Amino acid sequence: MSSDPHHSVISGLGGEIQEHTEVKVSHCYQCGKCSAGCPLSDEMDYPPSLIMRMLQTGNPELEEKVLRSFSIWVCLTCEMCYARCPMSIDIPKMMDYLREKAIKEKKTNPKAKQIISFHKSFLDSVRYTGKMYEVGFYADYKTRTLKILDDMMLVPPMMKRGKLRIIPEMIKDRSGIASIFRKTSKKK
Amino acid sequence: MTLGFYPGCSLKGSSREYAESVLAVAKAFDIQIQEIKDWNCCGATAAHSLNRELSLALPARVLSLAEKQGLTEIVVPCAACYGRLSSTQYELAKNPELKARVAEINGIEYNGTTTILNVIQMLDKYVTPKLEGRVVKPFEHKVACYYGCYLVRPHEVLNFDRVEEPQSMDSLMTKVGATPIDWAFKTECCGASLSISRTSSVGKLSGKIVGDAFDRGAEAIIVACPMCQSNLDMRRKEINEYLGKKIDIPVLYVTQALGLAIGLDRKSLGLQRHFVKVTV
Amino acid sequence: MAKIGVFICHCGENISATVDCAKVAEVVGKYDGVAISVDYKYMCSDPGQTLIKKAIVEKGLTGVVVASCSPRMHEPTFRKACAEAGLNPYMCEMANLREHCSWVHEKSEATTQKAIDLVRTIVEKVKHNQSLNAIKVPVTKTALVIGGGIAGIQASLDIANSGHKVILIEKDPSIGGHMSQLSETFPTLDCSQCILTPRMVEVAQHPNIALYTYAELESIDGFIGNFKVKIRKKAKSVDEKICTGCGLCTTKCPNKKIPSEFNEGLGNRTAIYVPFPQAVPNKPVIDKTLCTYYTKGKCKICEKFCPTHAIKFDQEDEIIEVPVGAIVLATGFTVKKTNFFPEYGYGKHPDIVTGLQFERLASASGPTLGEIRRPSDGKIPETIVFVACAGSRDEAKGIPYCSKICCMYTAKHAMLYQHKVHGGKSYVFYMDIRAGGKNYDEFVRRAIEEDGVNYIRGRVSRVYEKNGKLIVKGADTLLGATPVEIEADMVVLATAGVANEGAEELAQKLHVSYDPYHFFAEAHPKLKPVETNTAGIFLAGACQAPRDIPESVAMASGAAAKVAGLFSQDELTREPLIAVVNRQAPPVFSSCVGCFLCMSACPYHAIEKEEIKNRQGEVIKTVAKVNPGLCQGCGTCVAFCRTKSIDIQGYTHEEVYSEVMALLNDY
Repeated sequence: MSSDPHHSVISGLGGEIQEHTEVKVSHCYQCGKCSAGCPLSDEMDYPPSLIMRMLQTGNPELEEKVLRSFSIWVCLTCEMCYARCPMSIDIPKMMDYLREKAIKEKKTNPKAKQIISFHKSFLDSVRYTGKMYEVGFYADYKTRTLKILDDMMLVPPMMKRGKLRIIPEMIKDRSGIASIFRKTSKKK
Repeated sequence: MTLGFYPGCSLKGSSREYAESVLAVAKAFDIQIQEIKDWNCCGATAAHSLNRELSLALPARVLSLAEKQGLTEIVVPCAACYGRLSSTQYELAKNPELKARVAEINGIEYNGTTTILNVIQMLDKYVTPKLEGRVVKPFEHKVACYYGCYLVRPHEVLNFDRVEEPQSMDSLMTKVGATPIDWAFKTECCGASLSISRTSSVGKLSGKIVGDAFDRGAEAIIVACPMCQSNLDMRRKEINEYLGKKIDIPVLYVTQALGLAIGLDRKSLGLQRHFVKVTV
Repeated sequence: MAKIGVFICHCGENISATVDCAKVAEVVGKYDGVAISVDYKYMCSDPGQTLIKKAIVEKGLTGVVVASCSPRMHEPTFRKACAEAGLNPYMCEMANLREHCSWVHEKSEATTQKAIDLVRTIVEKVKHNQSLNAIKVPVTKTALVIGGGIAGIQASLDIANSGHKVILIEKDPSIGGHMSQLSETFPTLDCSQCILTPRMVEVAQHPNIALYTYAELESIDGFIGNFKVKIRKKAKSVDEKICTGCGLCTTKCPNKKIPSEFNEGLGNRTAIYVPFPQAVPNKPVIDKTLCTYYTKGKCKICEKFCPTHAIKFDQEDEIIEVPVGAIVLATGFTVKKTNFFPEYGYGKHPDIVTGLQFERLASASGPTLGEIRRPSDGKIPETIVFVACAGSRDEAKGIPYCSKICCMYTAKHAMLYQHKVHGGKSYVFYMDIRAGGKNYDEFVRRAIEEDGVNYIRGRVSRVYEKNGKLIVKGADTLLGATPVEIEADMVVLATAGVANEGAEELAQKLHVSYDPYHFFAEAHPKLKPVETNTAGIFLAGACQAPRDIPESVAMASGAAAKVAGLFSQDELTREPLIAVVNRQAPPVFSSCVGCFLCMSACPYHAIEKEEIKNRQGEVIKTVAKVNPGLCQGCGTCVAFCRTKSIDIQGYTHEEVYSEVMALLNDY
């Protein structure tokens, strides 16, 4: 419990968010400026200000819906909402927290499969080479999502322009990177 | 003084022309530039979306390496890497416990003393003071300067330019003879990392950007981020599908435009690597 | 020998429920110097007060302690009772057994013991009390009203009509303020100028009011009832006594492209100008900062044409000094301009205007003669968007408060638009509707139900221009926060109401407190809304917080009543609980050494230097002296004084010390 004069006791997921990210859902007065400026709010199941309202209620059913929403995955973390919010609520930080929690509790929205696979493949590539090895990452992504044919048309022009490196540039301190991944692994 | 250089993954792979142009410009102005040895990926969107500690540890390692290698100032041309490194430095400075935890994870000392510059800050500091007399082929075109998200947001972390209608790239382009236009999508997101996992969204968002720039008479779009360049350039097919018409305006990195203006060779700036032909 | 009467109150059950009052009376009755100690159910009632008065007379009491509620409740009651019985009221003190004891503890022996301790300390204090008499200061029965908007006008008229003299100063060339800029007023849609101008003329013609426009406060000295004020009458370059107000000069002036302040930049004025046709006084002034003659030394065309030779280029600012007894601050407020909003284009789009600019467009005497037209191309907007809460309730922009009037005037603007542009489409983006006044909510409902204004609940994230249209990106939060995009011809921002520039300086000149937003601070938010913490200075209108016309007028009348009350006596009575610097017999004269630390400490500038002279007029020493009219008895100087030469009457070192010792020593 902070001694911040704005502090209010919010239970449930909202309280958890406040404890871990310092984002206070009670500060949101539902002005909708975030949803109005969000580039992809029309592709979300719940626009950002609606997510805030759902968290404010402390209603476990709505909290479940938030974790299982597509919104948190299609959010670009472009920071536009945070830049315009009159109460300076760090929505991107909150989105990150919800993403991590949704994965941990295996409550991810099925529509987000490709997006999550992208992130996982990306990090796998970083773990093994220390950098994002595009060809390897891509192969991994295709395996996860079985979207074999997508973007295959891009491969020849990319190669022609020298943009695809077949042999990865590996980091020398591979064990150092592996150790970082191990220490931050969620499987404890 | 040697300026540290953190290319990040894109500049070594699919956006190598950005690195080529940055180094070409640095060479042309005798800037001592040195790549950080054994740098790692900053984690980009994937890390901060899936694992908070990892998303701080990876960028911190890069900054620790810079410190160790005596590089007090580094340039980070990729705006996303710039955002990640700056946010990490900001968070760890605010929270000593977190700082200690990250140092423990990385096993390397971290002091947070590195000055992190984006490409525009680097050019404003090391190039524009010396531009007098160097502009041999003024870039006489109407350009739409596209800043994207991570150069200017979040403002309290980056403290660079301004969040709405930024002007730093525009004034830089004016100095090389261009006419930057006033347009409405300077800082609207291009679709970022959804390029592969949800290409339709990128077609829409990048389409709005290219559409507005074109409607206002831009002959080229100038960018300072490899992700933005890729979305606006490589995904032009999806953009044209979204807009229902074919738009040919090229997308150049600011360093490429500057390179052209000071008379550098087109190949050395990597212009042949673009998807949309660079006719300017 | 002290003879203290102690009266313990039950306060119904408020005190007796937790404190054994009879026991307290019994124990205290045994103390030295206590002549009578009783308890009673309601000491503040008539029989209770009679009890005290009888005891004073019958027992010859030298002091009274009433152990009951907080002195903030009934100290004046009991002091008055004592005075009526012939005992100096300052020999009566209260022990707070309610707020400090019975209301904050459970019933127990310890609680009763605490009550006994509290009474004991006050009894010991009263033994050291001195008789004090109220202080009298003379009163100058002239009021200074700063600001000639509706609040200043109302206050001036009320004070003048109660028979006292008023000096009204206004920094603009004419009185009228923002109300004169409005087209119509809510909730009646009265024409603003029509209801205002008769009052303006009344002010100009009132025999008790001296009106100085284009004038500002230069400096102020003194204290309540006895202020010395310097007023700077800025040079108008026009001799008002000769000028007939024919206006010929304003038609001849070649400098015609100066943005008009009265029209909020939407129209132009000349360098020699009358701000608006109904201006009072209707005499022009020359804007020295932009007049060609003053800036470049050429022209003087107005002088050539003036039929009465009233133009005087050599006129200088004039400083006049006047004594006044009270000051009413009615300097009003202003609104943020469109350049305050990065997400709405930093003010570069001429068709994005403020509410005040919209008033000028809607006004029959405005730049478009009352037709709603786009400033860019003069076309009538077919689609118009009103953005409420533009800047207000926005912590990120540094304005967390609500500007109070925008919901109402936005509804009014939308209604005026619908009345003037038949078939036009209007939208209002709002967060909440604040319409708490009389007939206010019905007014807003009219806009929605009868005039067809579309209200959408959500803030606007961004407005940008494309192909001559303004693209408004908002959201409908009542529909699940779906994004709403409107292509508008014009956008009106209901911008935040803020303090005037220069408000901070003015407050500092007058030693009036102000809040972080530079609005002047009232003495008590609930019970003293028209007074400030500086005695003799009152507040009226929006300089204290954004407010509408009825409230400003009410406040102005309230301030005027306070002034009239102040002036109803020839002398002012003040509580004598103030600081006094000791005086002793020669050769010491005073233990004060003249370091004047107290002077720098005093927040009320109540300490002066006094020269003590011998019979030959030579100065022996300079010591501090407290001005009894200004001192508020805060005690800061007492804490600073190194030689204990300054003390607060009623809370002297001796009295306070005896309280402390009584608390520490068990009897």
